Amino acid sequence: MKPLEAPMARTYAGAASAAGPLLFVRSTRRAKLGEWVRIEGAGQRNRRGQVIDVGNEITVIQVFEETLGLRPAEATITLTGETATTLVGKDLLGRALSGTGAPLDGLPASIGEARLPIWGAPINPVRRQHPSDFIETGVTAIDGMNTLVRGQKLPVFSGPGLPGVELAADIVENARPARGEPFAVVFAAVGITERETQTFVSRFRESEVMERTVLFLNQASDPTIERLLTPRVALTTAEHLAFTHGIHVLVVTADITHYAEALREVAAAREEIPGRRGYPGYMYTDLATLFERAGVLKDSPGSVTQVPVVTLPDDDITHPIPDLTGYITEGQIVLSRELHQRGVYPPVDVLPSLSRLMNAGIGKEHTVAEHREWADQLYAIYARGREAKLMAAIVGSEGLAPGDRRALEFVDAFEKELIHQGGVRRSLPDTIRIGWSLLQTLPRDELTRISDATWGARTGGTDAGKSS
Amino acid sequence: MTEARIIRVAGAIAEARPLGEAALYELVEVGERRLLGEVIRLQDDIATIQVFEETSGLSLEEPVRRTGSSLTTALGPGLLGSILDGVGRPLEGLADRSGDFIAPGTTLPTLDPEARWSFAPTAATGATVAGGDVLGVVEERPGIMHRVLVPPGSAGRIADIQEGSFTVSDTIATFEDGSPLSLSHPWAIRERRPMRRRLPGDRPFITGQRVFDLLFPVVEGGSVAVPGGFGTGKTVIEQSLAKYAKADVMVYIGCGERGNEMAEVLHDFGRLTDPATGRPIMDRTILIVNTSNMPVAARDASVYLGMTFAEYYRDMGYHVAILADSLSRWAEALREIAARLQEMPGEEGYPTYLANRMSRLYERAGRVESEGTPSRTGAVTFISAVSPPGGDFAEPVTQASLRVVGALWALDARLAHQRQFPAVDWDTSYSLYAEASASWFSEEGGADWRKLRAETIRLLQRDRELREIAGLVGVDALEDDDRLVLEGARIAREFLIGQNAFHPHDAFSSVSKTYHLARLLWEFMRTGTGALEQGVAFEKLDLAGVRVAFGAVKTAAPDDLDALIVEAERTIADMEVA
Repeated sequence: MKPLEAPMARTYAGAASAAGPLLFVRSTRRAKLGEWVRIEGAGQRNRRGQVIDVGNEITVIQVFEETLGLRPAEATITLTGETATTLVGKDLLGRALSGTGAPLDGLPASIGEARLPIWGAPINPVRRQHPSDFIETGVTAIDGMNTLVRGQKLPVFSGPGLPGVELAADIVENARPARGEPFAVVFAAVGITERETQTFVSRFRESEVMERTVLFLNQASDPTIERLLTPRVALTTAEHLAFTHGIHVLVVTADITHYAEALREVAAAREEIPGRRGYPGYMYTDLATLFERAGVLKDSPGSVTQVPVVTLPDDDITHPIPDLTGYITEGQIVLSRELHQRGVYPPVDVLPSLSRLMNAGIGKEHTVAEHREWADQLYAIYARGREAKLMAAIVGSEGLAPGDRRALEFVDAFEKELIHQGGVRRSLPDTIRIGWSLLQTLPRDELTRISDATWGARTGGTDAGKSS
Repeated sequence: MTEARIIRVAGAIAEARPLGEAALYELVEVGERRLLGEVIRLQDDIATIQVFEETSGLSLEEPVRRTGSSLTTALGPGLLGSILDGVGRPLEGLADRSGDFIAPGTTLPTLDPEARWSFAPTAATGATVAGGDVLGVVEERPGIMHRVLVPPGSAGRIADIQEGSFTVSDTIATFEDGSPLSLSHPWAIRERRPMRRRLPGDRPFITGQRVFDLLFPVVEGGSVAVPGGFGTGKTVIEQSLAKYAKADVMVYIGCGERGNEMAEVLHDFGRLTDPATGRPIMDRTILIVNTSNMPVAARDASVYLGMTFAEYYRDMGYHVAILADSLSRWAEALREIAARLQEMPGEEGYPTYLANRMSRLYERAGRVESEGTPSRTGAVTFISAVSPPGGDFAEPVTQASLRVVGALWALDARLAHQRQFPAVDWDTSYSLYAEASASWFSEEGGADWRKLRAETIRLLQRDRELREIAGLVGVDALEDDDRLVLEGARIAREFLIGQNAFHPHDAFSSVSKTYHLARLLWEFMRTGTGALEQGVAFEKLDLAGVRVAFGAVKTAAPDDLDALIVEAERTIADMEVA
C-alpha cells in the first residue's frame, strides 16, 4: 500500500455562501474530512475553520471564529492539507492559554515537544488497565462517599447559580495523588465568564498549584464554535503529559453545557434533523469522544482522569446534556440547591451522587480498610433520615419511630459537620474521623452495616475519634 | 472500467461513483487506507457507504474498491475466548499492530489462521450429507466439543474425510464434485442461520439472581429487555449474568458503552471460573467490544456479529445466551446514520424502520431444532440492556422492545438510590415465561415453588399499599399484623430479592438457596402471624435475630448453606420468646 501523500495547501477565492458558523465552498479538489482551513480576506480578520462535510459540489467548513462581518464572496479560503493539531509538551505546565492554545499570560509561546492531532484515537480496550488508584480531592463528599479513582470520569452536576465551577477549582487546587506520584492538572474553561476566569487565574497563581497546572481559557465572549476545540486541545495536552511523561493528569472541564450548546448551534446551521430539545442525535457519540479519553494504560505509568462540570438547565437531571453525560461517565457528583441555600459548601447531595469505580479505589490497599462499611453506614442512616424528614413533615417528628427520629437528627449533623467544610481542604483521615464521630453518636445496634470486627477495632483500640 | 472514487464524506457516511454494479450491503474498501465500509444505498451509479472505521482524513477522489461479498464472519473453532471489535477483528491483534490506540485501516482475520485443531471425523467417506450435518468434532476448549457442521446450503457425497490436525482453512473433507470442506465457513452476519423448526421454551435459563429466577424468570430461548436510567445497575446485571448464569456459551456484546467497564470485564472474566464446571469463564465466552468512542457504524455491526456467533453454537446443539449492553446505543447508531442519509425521521428522530429492525433482531432468539443429523436442539437467549433517555420508558427503543420480548426487567432509579440492588422494580417488571418454567422449578427447587412465588408477590404488593398509608399516618398507627407485613417485605427486599453482586457467595444464588430463602420468608410470615393472633405484641418479636439469620443464609457459602437454613428455621420458630 502506498503511503498517503501529504496534500499541499490549496487556495480558493470566494465561498458560495455562509450561514451561521458555516461556510460553503464550491468544487474543492481533494478536500479531506477534518482538514484545517484558513479564511482570509482584505479588510477582514483571519479566521480558522475545519472541513466537516466534503462533496464534489459543495464542501462545508465550520468556522471557529465569529463569522459576524465575514464576506464569503471576498474571502480567500486555504485548505491547509493538515488536520487540527495542538502544541504539546511539559513546558506548557504553568501557562495560561486561550481555548485553542495561544498564550494569554503575556509570555512568549512555548517551544513544546510535538504537534498532535486534537481528535485523538480510541484507546484499545484490551490495553486499558482497570482504574484502581485513589485520588484525594480534599472534598469529603467525594473522597469519603464517592471516591474518585485515577482514569475515571466523574462529572459534577451543578445548576445555574450553584457553585459547581468553584468546587471544580477547589479540586484543581487541592487534589493530590495517593503516594506523591507526578501529578498535573489541565483546566479547560469552556464558555465561562470573565468574572469566573479572573477568580480562577488569581486563585491558582496565589496558591502554589500553578506550576503543575495548564489553563485553557475559552471565555463566554470567545467564539462559540471554538468551544468544540477547547476540551480536545486540553485532552490532547493531558494525554501527552500522561502517556509520554508518565504523569497522573486530572482534566477539569467547565462547563460541558456550553460545549453541548455549541454542538447544537453547528447542527442547526447544517439543518440537521434535531434530536431531543434540538440537540443533535449524535451528541452521545460526540460526548463519548471526549469523556472516553480518560483512562489508564497497561504498560504506561501515567493516567488521565476527568472531572467535567455540567450545569443542569433548570436543575433538570433528565435534560439531554446531563442525561447523556451520565450514561457515559462513571457516576456523578450532584449539587443540591437546598443545601446551597442553607449555606452548606460544597452542597453535594450524596443520595443521587455515585462513583461507579469507588470500590476499586478504596479499602486497605488504597484508603482505609473499613472505608466501604463506613460509607455504606453513613449513606444508609442519612437516606433513612431524609425519608424520615419527609414523613415528619406530615405526621410531625413525634409520630416517628425512635430510630427514625435519631436518623432525622443525624441528617443535620451529617450535612453541617461532614459535608460542609467551607472552602477548606480536608484530608481523608480527617474525613474518616469526622464520619466515625457522627456514627458513634448512634446506638451500636443501629449500625447494621458495621461489622463487629470493624467496630471492635474502632472502639477497642483508639477512641480518639470519639473524644476529639 | 473506471475505478470508483469518493465524491462525498460526512461523518460515518461516504458516497462513491461509479458503483452501480455493487449490491446492497456489499462490503467495500474505502480510500487509500482501505477502510471497511458497507453499501447501504444505491442510486443510479452512486453508492452510499457506511464506514466502520474513523473517516477523518478521507478525501475526495480517493478510490473505493468492491469486495463482492457482504459483511461476513468466519465461523469455526477458536471463537470461544476471543475478544473482538464490532466487525470481528481481534483486539489483541489490533494492539500488536497499532499500539495502545486504535488506528484505522487494519485488516485482521477473526479466527487465528495459524492455530491447529485436532479434528475427529464422525461422518464417513461415501456418506451423503447436507447443510447442518455433523462432519466431526474438535475439542475447542477443555470439555467443549465444537461440532463441525456442513455449511447451510451445501450438500454432497463425501469422497474423502481426514482425521488429524488442521488450521481453520485446511481441507478436512472433499465432496465427490471436488469441492472442499474445512473447519470453518463464512456467514453473512445480517442473515439469520436456518433451522428445522422452532420449539417452545420450557426450561428456565438459570440466572442465579433471585429476583429473576423467582419472580421474573426467563426460559432458554427467551428474550428480555432490561431498561433503566443511568446508575440503575444495567451493566452490573449484564456482567453478573455473563459471569454466573447457566449457559453453554455466552456472547457478551459491549455496544457503545464505557471503555473502563470493558477493561473491568476483560480483567474479571480472565480470572473467574464457572461455578458449574470449575473452568475459566472465558472458555465459554465470546466478547465483542465496541466502546462508545469507537466508530458508530461498527456499533450497528457488533450486534449482528454477536447474534451470528450465538446461532452458530446453537446449531451445534448448545444453549447460548447473548448479553447486549446496550441496544439503545445500537439504535442510536441507526439514527445517526439515517440522519446522515437525510431519511425521513420517525419518533424522536429514529428511522421509521427501527421497530421492524429490532423485532427481527429479537426474533433471532429462540429454542430450535437444528438442521441436519444427528438431531440437536439448541437455544439462543437474548438479554439486552436498554438505556432510555431520562429513565423514561415511553421512548421508542424501550417501547419497540416491549412489543416483542417475553420478559421485562425494569430498573428503577429510586431503588438504586436506596441502594436496593438489583434495582428491579417489582411493580412494573413482568415475565410471560413464569408458567412455562414453573414445572421445572417445582421439580428442581421445591414442590411449592408456585405458591412461594405468588406469596412473595402478594407480600410486596401489600407492602406498597401499606407504605402509602404509613406515609400518611405514621408506622406506629398501623395494626400489628400490618407492621409484620412491612417487616416481612423489608426482609424480602434486603435478603430475598436484594443481592450483592460483589459478595463471593451472594453474587450467584443457586436454585436451592433461592427456594429456601423464599420458604423461610413464608415461614416467618406464618409464624409471625400465628404469634400475633395468640396475642403476642409485635414489639416482642425478635426481629433483629431473624434478620441476622436471613443475612447469614443469604451470604452462606455452599457448604454452610444447609446448616444455616436449619438455624434460621430455629430462629424463626423461637422468635416470639425473645
